[in-house]
Amino acid sequence: MLAMNYRGPYRIRTEQRPMPEILHPEDAIIRVTRSCICGSDLHLYHGMVPDTRVGSTFGHEFTGIVEEVGPLVQKLKVGDQVLVPFNVACGRCNFCKQGLYGNCHESNPMATAVGGIFGYSHTAGGYAGGQAEYVRVPYADVGPTVIPADMDPDDAVLLTDVVPTGYQAAEMGGIKQGDTVVIFGAGPIGIMAARCAWFFGPSRVIIIDHIDYRLEFAKNYAHCEAYNFKDMEDPVVFLKKTTDWYGADVCIDCVGCEAEGNTLQTFSGRIMLMQSGAGTALQWAINSVKKGGIVSIVGVYGPPFNLIPIGNVVNKGITIRANQASVKRLLPKLIDHVQSGRLNPKGLITHRVPLEEVADAYRLFSSKLDNCIKTVLIPSTKS
Amino acid sequence: MKDTKFNYKNIPGWGMDADPENEPTYPMKTWTGDDHNRINYERADQQPIDLEILLSTERPAPTRVFGNTVPPSGLSGVIRRYAFSHSEDRYRHWIPLILADRINMVEGVVKDISEGYLPNIAAERGWRVEWKYKPKKMALKVGIVAVAGLYLFLKLKSTKKKRWYHQLI
Repeated sequence: MLAMNYRGPYRIRTEQRPMPEILHPEDAIIRVTRSCICGSDLHLYHGMVPDTRVGSTFGHEFTGIVEEVGPLVQKLKVGDQVLVPFNVACGRCNFCKQGLYGNCHESNPMATAVGGIFGYSHTAGGYAGGQAEYVRVPYADVGPTVIPADMDPDDAVLLTDVVPTGYQAAEMGGIKQGDTVVIFGAGPIGIMAARCAWFFGPSRVIIIDHIDYRLEFAKNYAHCEAYNFKDMEDPVVFLKKTTDWYGADVCIDCVGCEAEGNTLQTFSGRIMLMQSGAGTALQWAINSVKKGGIVSIVGVYGPPFNLIPIGNVVNKGITIRANQASVKRLLPKLIDHVQSGRLNPKGLITHRVPLEEVADAYRLFSSKLDNCIKTVLIPSTKS
Repeated sequence: MKDTKFNYKNIPGWGMDADPENEPTYPMKTWTGDDHNRINYERADQQPIDLEILLSTERPAPTRVFGNTVPPSGLSGVIRRYAFSHSEDRYRHWIPLILADRINMVEGVVKDISEGYLPNIAAERGWRVEWKYKPKKMALKVGIVAVAGLYLFLKLKSTKKKRWYHQLI
Protein backbone atom coordinates (compact mmCIF):
# COMPACT_ATOMS: atom_id res chain seq x y z
CA MET A 1 0.00 0.00 0.00
CA LEU A 2 1.03 3.59 -0.56
CA ALA A 3 1.88 5.65 2.53
CA MET A 4 3.48 8.95 3.43
CA ASN A 5 7.02 8.45 4.75
CA TYR A 6 8.89 10.99 6.92
CA ARG A 7 12.60 11.26 6.10
CA GLY A 8 13.63 14.16 8.36
CA PRO A 9 12.70 17.83 8.83
CA TYR A 10 11.02 19.23 5.68
CA ARG A 11 11.53 15.91 3.82
CA ILE A 12 8.75 13.46 3.09
CA ARG A 13 7.81 11.13 0.26
CA THR A 14 5.32 8.42 -0.54
CA GLU A 15 6.46 4.83 -0.51
CA GLN A 16 5.03 1.34 -0.82
CA ARG A 17 4.63 -0.19 2.64
CA PRO A 18 3.37 -3.56 3.94
CA MET A 19 -0.36 -3.66 4.61
CA PRO A 20 -1.28 -3.03 8.27
CA GLU A 21 -2.36 -6.08 10.25
CA ILE A 22 -4.71 -6.79 13.14
CA LEU A 23 -2.35 -6.83 16.15
CA HIS A 24 -4.96 -6.83 18.90
CA PRO A 25 -8.44 -8.41 19.02
CA GLU A 26 -10.04 -4.95 19.25
CA ASP A 27 -8.27 -3.57 16.16
CA ALA A 28 -9.77 -2.67 12.81
CA ILE A 29 -8.11 -2.04 9.46
CA ILE A 30 -9.51 1.01 7.69
CA ARG A 31 -9.18 1.83 3.98
CA VAL A 32 -8.59 5.56 4.03
CA THR A 33 -10.89 7.72 1.90
CA ARG A 34 -9.78 11.15 3.05
CA SER A 35 -6.93 12.38 5.23
CA CYS A 36 -6.14 15.95 6.18
CA ILE A 37 -2.87 17.68 6.93
CA CYS A 38 -3.29 19.32 10.32
CA GLY A 39 -1.46 22.44 11.45
CA SER A 40 0.04 20.30 14.21
CA ASP A 41 1.45 17.94 11.54
CA LEU A 42 3.65 20.86 10.57
CA HIS A 43 5.36 20.69 13.98
CA LEU A 44 6.35 17.12 13.06
CA TYR A 45 7.29 18.16 9.52
CA HIS A 46 9.52 20.92 10.92
CA GLY A 47 11.26 18.49 13.29
CA MET A 48 9.93 20.17 16.43
CA VAL A 49 8.45 17.08 18.14
CA PRO A 50 10.93 14.80 19.95
CA ASP A 51 11.04 11.10 18.97
CA THR A 52 9.73 11.60 15.44
CA ARG A 53 11.46 8.67 13.80
CA VAL A 54 12.48 8.45 10.15
CA GLY A 55 10.08 6.09 8.40
CA SER A 56 7.01 7.28 10.33
CA THR A 57 3.67 7.91 8.62
CA PHE A 58 1.79 10.99 9.82
CA GLY A 59 -1.91 11.72 9.73
CA HIS A 60 -4.43 11.90 12.57
CA GLU A 61 -7.45 13.31 10.69
CA PHE A 62 -8.96 10.66 8.46
CA THR A 63 -12.09 8.88 7.35
CA GLY A 64 -12.33 5.49 5.73
CA ILE A 65 -14.12 2.24 5.10
CA VAL A 66 -13.77 -0.70 7.48
CA GLU A 67 -11.87 -3.48 5.69
CA GLU A 68 -11.26 -5.94 8.51
CA VAL A 69 -12.12 -6.19 12.21
CA GLY A 70 -10.54 -8.09 15.09
CA PRO A 71 -12.48 -10.91 16.83
CA LEU A 72 -13.62 -8.74 19.77
CA VAL A 73 -14.92 -5.80 17.73
CA GLN A 74 -18.71 -5.63 18.08
CA LYS A 75 -19.91 -2.21 16.95
CA LEU A 76 -18.24 -1.99 13.53
CA LYS A 77 -18.65 -4.24 10.53
CA VAL A 78 -16.78 -4.54 7.26
CA GLY A 79 -17.95 -1.90 4.81
CA ASP A 80 -18.94 0.72 7.41
CA GLN A 81 -17.88 4.25 6.49
CA VAL A 82 -16.31 5.77 9.57
CA LEU A 83 -14.68 8.93 10.82
CA VAL A 84 -11.83 8.23 13.22
CA PRO A 85 -11.13 10.64 16.11
CA PHE A 86 -7.47 11.57 16.36
CA ASN A 87 -7.20 10.23 19.93
CA VAL A 88 -6.54 6.53 20.51
CA ALA A 89 -8.78 5.76 23.49
CA CYS A 90 -9.56 2.53 25.35
CA GLY A 91 -12.94 3.64 26.74
CA ARG A 92 -12.30 1.78 30.00
CA CYS A 93 -9.68 3.67 32.01
CA ASN A 94 -10.77 6.28 34.53
CA PHE A 95 -9.89 9.11 32.17
CA CYS A 96 -11.93 7.73 29.27
CA LYS A 97 -14.84 6.90 31.57
CA GLN A 98 -14.92 10.52 32.69
CA GLY A 99 -14.96 11.82 29.12
CA LEU A 100 -11.27 12.62 28.84
CA TYR A 101 -10.74 10.55 25.70
CA GLY A 102 -7.69 12.64 24.79
CA ASN A 103 -5.98 11.50 27.99
CA CYS A 104 -6.45 7.73 27.79
CA HIS A 105 -4.13 5.81 30.10
CA GLU A 106 -3.96 2.68 27.94
CA SER A 107 -2.81 3.97 24.59
CA ASN A 108 0.67 5.42 24.98
CA PRO A 109 3.43 3.50 26.78
CA MET A 110 6.09 6.00 25.73
CA ALA A 111 4.88 9.07 27.60
CA THR A 112 2.45 9.99 30.33
CA ALA A 113 2.35 13.62 29.22
CA VAL A 114 0.11 12.81 26.26
CA GLY A 115 -2.33 10.09 25.24
CA GLY A 116 -2.06 8.04 22.06
CA ILE A 117 -2.53 9.92 18.79
CA PHE A 118 -2.48 8.45 15.29
CA GLY A 119 0.62 9.33 13.29
CA TYR A 120 2.04 11.76 15.79
CA SER A 121 5.55 10.52 16.70
CA HIS A 122 6.56 7.94 19.28
CA THR A 123 6.01 10.57 21.95
CA ALA A 124 2.30 10.00 21.19
CA GLY A 125 2.47 6.20 21.04
CA GLY A 126 4.22 5.39 17.76
CA TYR A 127 1.03 4.67 15.79
CA ALA A 128 1.02 4.76 12.01
CA GLY A 129 -1.10 7.62 10.71
CA GLY A 130 -3.83 7.94 8.15
CA GLN A 131 -1.87 9.61 5.36
CA ALA A 132 -1.81 6.22 3.71
CA GLU A 133 -4.12 3.92 1.82
CA TYR A 134 -4.78 1.74 4.87
CA VAL A 135 -4.33 2.19 8.61
CA ARG A 136 -4.62 0.11 11.74
CA VAL A 137 -7.13 1.52 14.26
CA PRO A 138 -6.91 0.12 17.82
CA TYR A 139 -9.92 0.05 20.18
CA ALA A 140 -12.19 0.06 17.14
CA ASP A 141 -15.38 -0.05 19.23
CA VAL A 142 -14.48 3.18 21.03
CA GLY A 143 -13.24 5.89 18.65
CA PRO A 144 -14.47 5.24 15.11
CA THR A 145 -17.95 6.58 14.46
CA VAL A 146 -20.16 5.58 11.54
CA ILE A 147 -20.67 8.58 9.26
CA PRO A 148 -24.37 9.49 8.96
CA ALA A 149 -25.67 8.62 5.50
CA ASP A 150 -26.58 12.21 4.65
CA MET A 151 -23.26 13.72 5.73
CA ASP A 152 -20.79 15.08 3.19
CA PRO A 153 -17.50 13.14 3.48
CA ASP A 154 -15.58 16.43 3.51
CA ASP A 155 -17.56 17.51 6.58
CA ALA A 156 -16.94 14.12 8.19
CA VAL A 157 -13.15 14.26 7.89
CA LEU A 158 -13.07 17.64 9.60
CA LEU A 159 -15.04 16.22 12.52
CA THR A 160 -12.04 14.05 13.43
CA ASP A 161 -10.04 17.00 14.81
CA VAL A 162 -10.54 20.54 13.48
CA VAL A 163 -14.15 21.02 14.51
CA PRO A 164 -13.91 19.33 17.95
CA THR A 165 -10.65 21.10 18.77
CA GLY A 166 -12.01 24.48 17.70
CA TYR A 167 -15.25 23.85 19.59
CA GLN A 168 -13.50 22.68 22.76
CA ALA A 169 -11.20 25.71 22.62
CA ALA A 170 -14.32 27.89 22.86
CA GLU A 171 -15.99 25.61 25.39
CA MET A 172 -12.96 25.71 27.70
CA GLY A 173 -13.10 29.51 27.53
CA GLY A 174 -16.25 29.40 29.64
CA ILE A 175 -17.67 32.14 27.43
CA LYS A 176 -20.66 34.01 28.88
CA GLN A 177 -23.23 36.05 26.99
CA GLY A 178 -21.81 39.44 26.10
CA ASP A 179 -18.18 38.43 26.53
CA THR A 180 -15.33 39.60 24.34
CA VAL A 181 -13.30 36.66 23.08
CA VAL A 182 -9.85 37.00 21.55
CA ILE A 183 -8.40 34.17 19.50
CA PHE A 184 -4.72 34.04 18.65
CA GLY A 185 -4.00 32.26 15.36
CA ALA A 186 -6.07 32.24 12.16
CA GLY A 187 -5.17 28.73 11.06
CA PRO A 188 -7.95 26.17 10.60
CA ILE A 189 -8.29 25.59 14.37
CA GLY A 190 -8.33 29.31 15.19
CA ILE A 191 -10.91 29.99 12.49
CA MET A 192 -13.08 27.12 13.77
CA ALA A 193 -12.66 28.31 17.38
CA ALA A 194 -13.82 31.78 16.30
CA ARG A 195 -16.85 30.30 14.54
CA CYS A 196 -17.71 28.02 17.46
CA ALA A 197 -17.27 30.80 20.04
CA TRP A 198 -20.56 32.30 18.79
CA PHE A 199 -22.44 29.21 20.05
CA PHE A 200 -21.75 30.45 23.59
CA GLY A 201 -23.15 33.96 23.12
CA PRO A 202 -20.29 36.48 23.14
CA SER A 203 -20.78 40.01 21.83
CA ARG A 204 -17.37 40.25 20.16
CA VAL A 205 -15.00 37.69 18.66
CA ILE A 206 -11.58 39.01 17.63
CA ILE A 207 -8.94 36.99 15.80
CA ILE A 208 -5.25 37.95 15.68
CA ASP A 209 -2.67 36.67 13.17
CA HIS A 210 -0.04 38.06 10.81
CA ILE A 211 -1.13 36.53 7.51
CA ASP A 212 -3.57 38.75 5.65
CA TYR A 213 -5.25 36.11 3.48
CA ARG A 214 -6.04 34.01 6.55
CA LEU A 215 -7.42 37.00 8.42
CA GLU A 216 -9.65 37.82 5.45
CA PHE A 217 -10.82 34.20 5.32
CA ALA A 218 -11.50 34.18 9.08
CA LYS A 219 -13.48 37.42 8.88
CA ASN A 220 -15.79 35.97 6.22
CA TYR A 221 -16.03 32.41 7.55
CA ALA A 222 -16.34 33.11 11.27
CA HIS A 223 -18.01 36.55 11.17
CA CYS A 224 -15.36 37.96 13.50
CA GLU A 225 -13.11 41.00 13.71
CA ALA A 226 -9.66 40.23 12.31
CA TYR A 227 -6.44 42.13 12.96
CA ASN A 228 -2.85 41.73 11.80
CA PHE A 229 -0.44 42.07 14.73
CA LYS A 230 2.27 43.26 12.37
CA ASP A 231 0.20 46.42 11.87
CA MET A 232 0.29 47.10 15.63
CA GLU A 233 3.09 48.39 17.77
CA ASP A 234 2.00 46.12 20.62
CA PRO A 235 -0.88 43.62 20.31
CA VAL A 236 -1.45 43.51 24.08
CA VAL A 237 -1.89 47.29 24.29
CA PHE A 238 -4.14 47.17 21.20
CA LEU A 239 -6.38 44.55 22.83
CA LYS A 240 -6.50 46.44 26.12
CA LYS A 241 -7.47 49.60 24.28
CA THR A 242 -10.18 47.90 22.23
CA THR A 243 -11.71 46.48 25.43
CA ASP A 244 -11.94 49.87 27.17
CA TRP A 245 -8.58 49.29 28.88
CA TYR A 246 -10.09 46.32 30.72
CA GLY A 247 -8.83 43.22 28.93
CA ALA A 248 -10.64 40.49 27.05
CA ASP A 249 -12.96 38.20 29.01
CA VAL A 250 -11.54 35.12 27.33
CA CYS A 251 -8.32 34.57 25.35
CA ILE A 252 -7.75 31.43 23.30
CA ASP A 253 -4.33 30.25 22.11
CA CYS A 254 -4.71 28.40 18.80
CA VAL A 255 -1.11 28.92 17.71
CA GLY A 256 1.18 26.76 19.80
CA CYS A 257 4.91 26.33 19.49
CA GLU A 258 5.60 27.94 16.12
CA ALA A 259 4.37 31.42 16.95
CA GLU A 260 5.88 34.56 15.48
CA GLY A 261 5.92 38.09 16.84
CA ASN A 262 8.49 38.07 19.64
CA THR A 263 12.19 37.92 18.82
CA LEU A 264 13.30 36.46 22.15
CA GLN A 265 10.62 33.75 22.05
CA THR A 266 11.39 32.92 18.40
CA PHE A 267 15.14 32.74 18.96
CA SER A 268 15.04 30.71 22.16
CA GLY A 269 12.10 28.51 21.21
CA ARG A 270 12.16 27.92 17.48
CA ILE A 271 15.80 28.44 16.53
CA MET A 272 17.75 27.28 19.60
CA LEU A 273 15.10 24.83 20.89
CA MET A 274 15.91 26.00 24.42
CA GLN A 275 12.17 25.82 25.16
CA SER A 276 9.31 23.89 23.59
CA GLY A 277 8.84 26.32 20.76
CA ALA A 278 7.91 29.97 21.01
CA GLY A 279 5.31 30.79 23.66
CA THR A 280 4.45 34.17 22.13
CA ALA A 281 0.73 33.56 21.66
CA LEU A 282 0.33 32.24 25.18
CA GLN A 283 2.26 35.19 26.57
CA TRP A 284 -0.04 37.58 24.71
CA ALA A 285 -3.13 35.64 25.85
CA ILE A 286 -2.12 35.86 29.51
CA ASN A 287 -1.28 39.54 29.25
CA SER A 288 -4.38 40.48 27.22
CA VAL A 289 -7.04 38.75 29.29
CA LYS A 290 -8.84 40.65 32.07
CA LYS A 291 -8.15 40.03 35.75
CA GLY A 292 -9.99 36.89 36.72
CA GLY A 293 -10.35 35.98 33.04
CA ILE A 294 -9.93 32.62 31.36
CA VAL A 295 -7.18 31.52 28.99
CA SER A 296 -7.96 28.46 26.90
CA ILE A 297 -5.10 26.62 25.20
CA VAL A 298 -5.37 24.20 22.31
CA GLY A 299 -2.18 25.27 20.52
CA VAL A 300 0.35 22.44 20.52
CA TYR A 301 3.50 22.80 22.61
CA GLY A 302 6.26 20.25 23.12
CA PRO A 303 6.84 18.41 26.39
CA PRO A 304 9.64 20.13 28.38
CA PHE A 305 8.66 23.74 29.19
CA ASN A 306 7.93 27.23 27.89
CA LEU A 307 8.77 30.70 29.09
CA ILE A 308 5.43 32.29 29.95
CA PRO A 309 4.55 35.01 32.48
CA ILE A 310 3.26 32.68 35.18
CA GLY A 311 3.54 35.45 37.79
CA ASN A 312 0.90 37.39 35.86
CA VAL A 313 -1.34 34.30 35.89
CA VAL A 314 -1.18 34.27 39.69
CA ASN A 315 -1.42 37.99 40.25
CA LYS A 316 -4.31 38.49 37.80
CA GLY A 317 -6.16 35.43 39.09
CA ILE A 318 -6.36 33.89 35.64
CA THR A 319 -7.83 30.45 35.08
CA ILE A 320 -5.98 28.41 32.48
CA ARG A 321 -7.92 25.60 30.83
CA ALA A 322 -6.32 23.31 28.30
CA ASN A 323 -6.52 19.86 26.78
CA GLN A 324 -6.41 17.85 23.62
CA ALA A 325 -9.95 17.74 22.26
CA SER A 326 -12.10 14.91 23.51
CA VAL A 327 -13.48 14.13 20.07
CA LYS A 328 -15.74 11.24 21.05
CA ARG A 329 -17.44 13.28 23.79
CA LEU A 330 -18.19 16.15 21.44
CA LEU A 331 -19.18 14.25 18.31
CA PRO A 332 -22.97 13.91 18.97
CA LYS A 333 -23.34 17.66 19.49
CA LEU A 334 -21.08 18.58 16.57
CA ILE A 335 -22.72 16.16 14.14
CA ASP A 336 -26.01 17.85 15.02
CA HIS A 337 -24.53 21.31 14.37
CA VAL A 338 -23.27 20.13 10.97
CA GLN A 339 -26.42 18.29 9.93
CA SER A 340 -28.62 21.23 10.91
CA GLY A 341 -26.49 23.54 8.76
CA ARG A 342 -25.24 25.69 11.62
CA LEU A 343 -21.63 24.63 10.94
CA ASN A 344 -20.02 24.24 7.54
CA PRO A 345 -16.68 22.49 8.16
CA LYS A 346 -15.93 21.75 4.51
CA GLY A 347 -15.90 25.49 3.88
CA LEU A 348 -12.38 25.43 5.35
CA ILE A 349 -11.02 23.13 2.63
CA THR A 350 -9.06 25.02 0.01
CA HIS A 351 -6.96 22.22 -1.54
CA ARG A 352 -7.57 18.59 -2.51
CA VAL A 353 -4.37 16.75 -3.36
CA PRO A 354 -3.70 13.12 -4.37
CA LEU A 355 -1.79 11.18 -1.70
CA GLU A 356 1.04 10.68 -4.19
CA GLU A 357 1.74 14.44 -4.03
CA VAL A 358 1.97 14.59 -0.24
CA ALA A 359 5.39 16.32 -0.27
CA ASP A 360 4.00 19.17 -2.35
CA ALA A 361 0.92 19.35 -0.13
CA TYR A 362 3.03 19.75 3.00
CA ARG A 363 5.15 22.45 1.39
CA LEU A 364 2.02 24.24 0.19
CA PHE A 365 0.59 24.29 3.72
CA SER A 366 3.88 24.95 5.51
CA SER A 367 4.88 27.88 3.30
CA LYS A 368 1.28 29.16 3.18
CA LEU A 369 1.25 29.16 -0.62
CA ASP A 370 -1.77 29.67 -2.89
CA ASN A 371 -3.87 31.02 0.01
CA CYS A 372 -3.91 27.57 1.60
CA ILE A 373 -6.16 27.09 4.64
CA LYS A 374 -6.84 23.34 4.75
CA THR A 375 -5.54 20.52 2.58
CA VAL A 376 -7.19 17.13 2.13
CA LEU A 377 -5.21 14.18 0.79
CA ILE A 378 -7.15 11.72 -1.33
CA PRO A 379 -5.73 8.20 -1.78
CA SER A 380 -6.34 6.53 -5.12
CA THR A 381 -7.98 3.61 -3.28
CA LYS A 382 -10.76 5.79 -1.85
CA SER A 383 -13.57 4.31 -3.93
CA MET B 1 3.18 2.09 52.14
CA LYS B 2 -0.27 3.43 52.89
CA ASP B 3 -1.17 3.42 56.61
CA THR B 4 -4.49 1.58 56.63
CA LYS B 5 -5.08 2.21 60.34
CA PHE B 6 -5.23 5.98 59.85
CA ASN B 7 -8.78 7.22 59.26
CA TYR B 8 -8.51 10.66 57.75
CA LYS B 9 -12.27 11.10 58.05
CA ASN B 10 -11.81 11.58 61.79
CA ILE B 11 -9.88 14.82 61.26
CA PRO B 12 -12.08 17.65 62.60
CA GLY B 13 -13.85 19.38 59.72
CA TRP B 14 -12.98 16.73 57.16
CA GLY B 15 -14.93 17.39 53.95
CA MET B 16 -17.30 19.97 55.45
CA ASP B 17 -16.47 22.69 52.85
CA ALA B 18 -16.38 20.37 49.85
CA ASP B 19 -18.41 21.86 47.00
CA PRO B 20 -19.26 19.45 44.20
CA GLU B 21 -20.05 22.43 41.93
CA ASN B 22 -16.47 23.69 42.26
CA GLU B 23 -15.17 21.67 39.34
CA PRO B 24 -13.00 23.65 36.92
CA THR B 25 -12.73 20.72 34.50
CA TYR B 26 -16.49 20.78 33.77
CA PRO B 27 -17.78 20.12 31.08
CA MET B 28 -14.66 18.45 29.74
CA LYS B 29 -14.66 15.93 32.54
CA THR B 30 -17.63 14.08 33.96
CA TRP B 31 -16.33 13.57 37.47
CA THR B 32 -17.16 10.12 38.83
CA GLY B 33 -14.71 9.75 41.68
CA ASP B 34 -13.09 6.81 39.89
CA ASP B 35 -9.77 8.64 39.95
CA HIS B 36 -9.45 7.52 43.55
CA ASN B 37 -9.40 3.89 42.40
CA ARG B 38 -6.20 4.76 40.53
CA ILE B 39 -5.29 2.11 37.99
CA ASN B 40 -7.72 -0.51 39.25
CA TYR B 41 -10.01 -0.53 36.23
CA GLU B 42 -11.00 -3.18 33.72
CA ARG B 43 -8.45 -3.51 30.94
CA ALA B 44 -8.44 -4.79 27.41
CA ASP B 45 -6.24 -7.75 26.42
CA GLN B 46 -2.53 -7.02 26.08
CA GLN B 47 -1.27 -6.48 22.55
CA PRO B 48 1.57 -9.00 22.06
CA ILE B 49 4.92 -7.33 22.62
CA ASP B 50 6.97 -8.76 19.76
CA LEU B 51 9.22 -5.80 19.14
CA GLU B 52 11.19 -3.35 21.25
CA ILE B 53 9.09 -0.58 22.73
CA LEU B 54 10.62 2.06 24.94
CA LEU B 55 8.60 2.65 28.09
CA SER B 56 8.30 5.88 30.00
CA THR B 57 9.86 5.49 33.45
CA GLU B 58 6.77 7.23 34.78
CA ARG B 59 4.61 4.25 33.86
CA PRO B 60 6.74 1.12 33.69
CA ALA B 61 3.93 -1.24 32.58
CA PRO B 62 3.12 -1.13 28.86
CA THR B 63 -0.27 0.13 27.77
CA ARG B 64 -2.66 -2.50 26.39
CA VAL B 65 -2.11 -1.27 22.82
CA PHE B 66 0.76 0.65 21.28
CA GLY B 67 2.16 1.65 17.90
CA ASN B 68 4.60 -0.66 16.22
CA THR B 69 5.81 1.54 13.41
CA VAL B 70 9.54 2.18 13.82
CA PRO B 71 11.43 0.28 16.55
CA PRO B 72 14.66 1.91 17.75
CA SER B 73 17.74 0.92 15.77
CA GLY B 74 21.30 2.02 15.04
CA LEU B 75 23.07 4.84 16.83
CA SER B 76 19.82 6.79 17.12
CA GLY B 77 18.33 3.74 18.85
CA VAL B 78 21.16 3.68 21.38
CA ILE B 79 20.51 7.34 22.17
CA ARG B 80 16.77 6.78 22.43
CA ARG B 81 17.31 3.93 24.91
CA TYR B 82 19.48 6.26 27.00
CA ALA B 83 16.77 8.95 26.82
CA PHE B 84 14.14 6.51 28.06
CA SER B 85 16.23 5.71 31.14
CA HIS B 86 15.24 9.17 32.38
CA SER B 87 11.82 10.49 33.26
CA GLU B 88 9.78 12.83 31.11
CA ASP B 89 10.55 15.51 33.67
CA ARG B 90 14.22 15.65 32.68
CA TYR B 91 15.95 17.46 29.88
CA ARG B 92 18.17 14.39 29.57
CA HIS B 93 15.08 12.61 28.28
CA TRP B 94 13.99 15.12 25.63
CA ILE B 95 17.26 16.60 24.32
CA PRO B 96 18.77 13.18 23.48
CA LEU B 97 15.52 12.32 21.66
CA ILE B 98 15.89 15.39 19.44
CA LEU B 99 19.55 14.49 18.86
CA ALA B 100 18.51 10.95 17.98
CA ASP B 101 15.97 12.32 15.49
CA ARG B 102 18.68 14.27 13.68
CA ILE B 103 21.05 11.29 13.62
CA ASN B 104 18.16 9.13 12.43
CA MET B 105 17.78 11.48 9.46
CA VAL B 106 21.39 10.78 8.40
CA GLU B 107 20.86 7.05 9.02
CA GLY B 108 17.86 7.25 6.69
CA VAL B 109 19.94 8.73 3.87
CA VAL B 110 22.69 6.12 4.39
CA LYS B 111 20.10 3.35 4.35
CA ASP B 112 18.51 4.70 1.17
CA ILE B 113 21.86 4.82 -0.62
CA SER B 114 22.93 1.41 0.68
CA GLU B 115 19.71 0.02 -0.82
CA GLY B 116 20.52 1.65 -4.16
CA TYR B 117 17.97 4.45 -3.80
CA LEU B 118 19.11 8.02 -4.28
CA PRO B 119 16.66 10.31 -2.45
CA ASN B 120 15.16 13.04 -4.61
CA ILE B 121 15.64 15.84 -2.09
CA ALA B 122 13.99 18.47 -4.29
CA ALA B 123 10.82 16.39 -4.61
CA GLU B 124 10.84 15.37 -0.93
CA ARG B 125 11.10 19.01 0.11
CA GLY B 126 8.28 20.06 -2.23
CA TRP B 127 10.40 22.61 -4.07
CA ARG B 128 8.20 22.23 -7.16
CA VAL B 129 5.26 24.03 -5.53
CA GLU B 130 7.55 26.57 -3.90
CA TRP B 131 8.89 27.36 -7.40
CA LYS B 132 5.38 27.48 -8.82
CA TYR B 133 3.96 29.93 -6.28
CA LYS B 134 7.01 31.86 -5.05
CA PRO B 135 9.60 31.73 -7.86
CA LYS B 136 11.46 34.85 -6.71
CA LYS B 137 11.87 33.57 -3.15
CA MET B 138 12.93 30.17 -4.45
CA ALA B 139 15.43 31.73 -6.87
CA LEU B 140 16.83 33.82 -4.01
CA LYS B 141 17.25 30.71 -1.84
CA VAL B 142 18.95 28.79 -4.65
CA GLY B 143 21.18 31.80 -5.34
CA ILE B 144 22.24 32.11 -1.70
CA VAL B 145 23.02 28.39 -1.48
CA ALA B 146 24.95 28.52 -4.79
CA VAL B 147 27.03 31.53 -3.70
CA ALA B 148 27.72 29.99 -0.28
CA GLY B 149 28.66 26.70 -1.93
CA LEU B 150 30.97 28.40 -4.40
CA TYR B 151 32.62 30.40 -1.61
CA LEU B 152 33.20 27.24 0.45
CA PHE B 153 34.56 25.40 -2.58
CA LEU B 154 37.02 28.19 -3.41
CA LYS B 155 38.02 28.55 0.24
CA LEU B 156 38.77 24.84 0.52
CA LYS B 157 40.66 24.88 -2.77
CA SER B 158 42.87 27.79 -1.67
CA THR B 159 43.55 26.09 1.68
CA LYS B 160 44.67 22.95 -0.12
CA LYS B 161 46.99 24.96 -2.40
CA LYS B 162 48.60 26.70 0.56
CA ARG B 163 49.26 23.37 2.25
CA TRP B 164 50.83 21.98 -0.89
CA TYR B 165 52.99 25.12 -1.24
CA HIS B 166 54.11 24.93 2.37
CA GLN B 167 55.07 21.29 1.98
CA LEU B 168 57.36 22.22 -0.95
CA ILE B 169 59.21 24.80 1.17
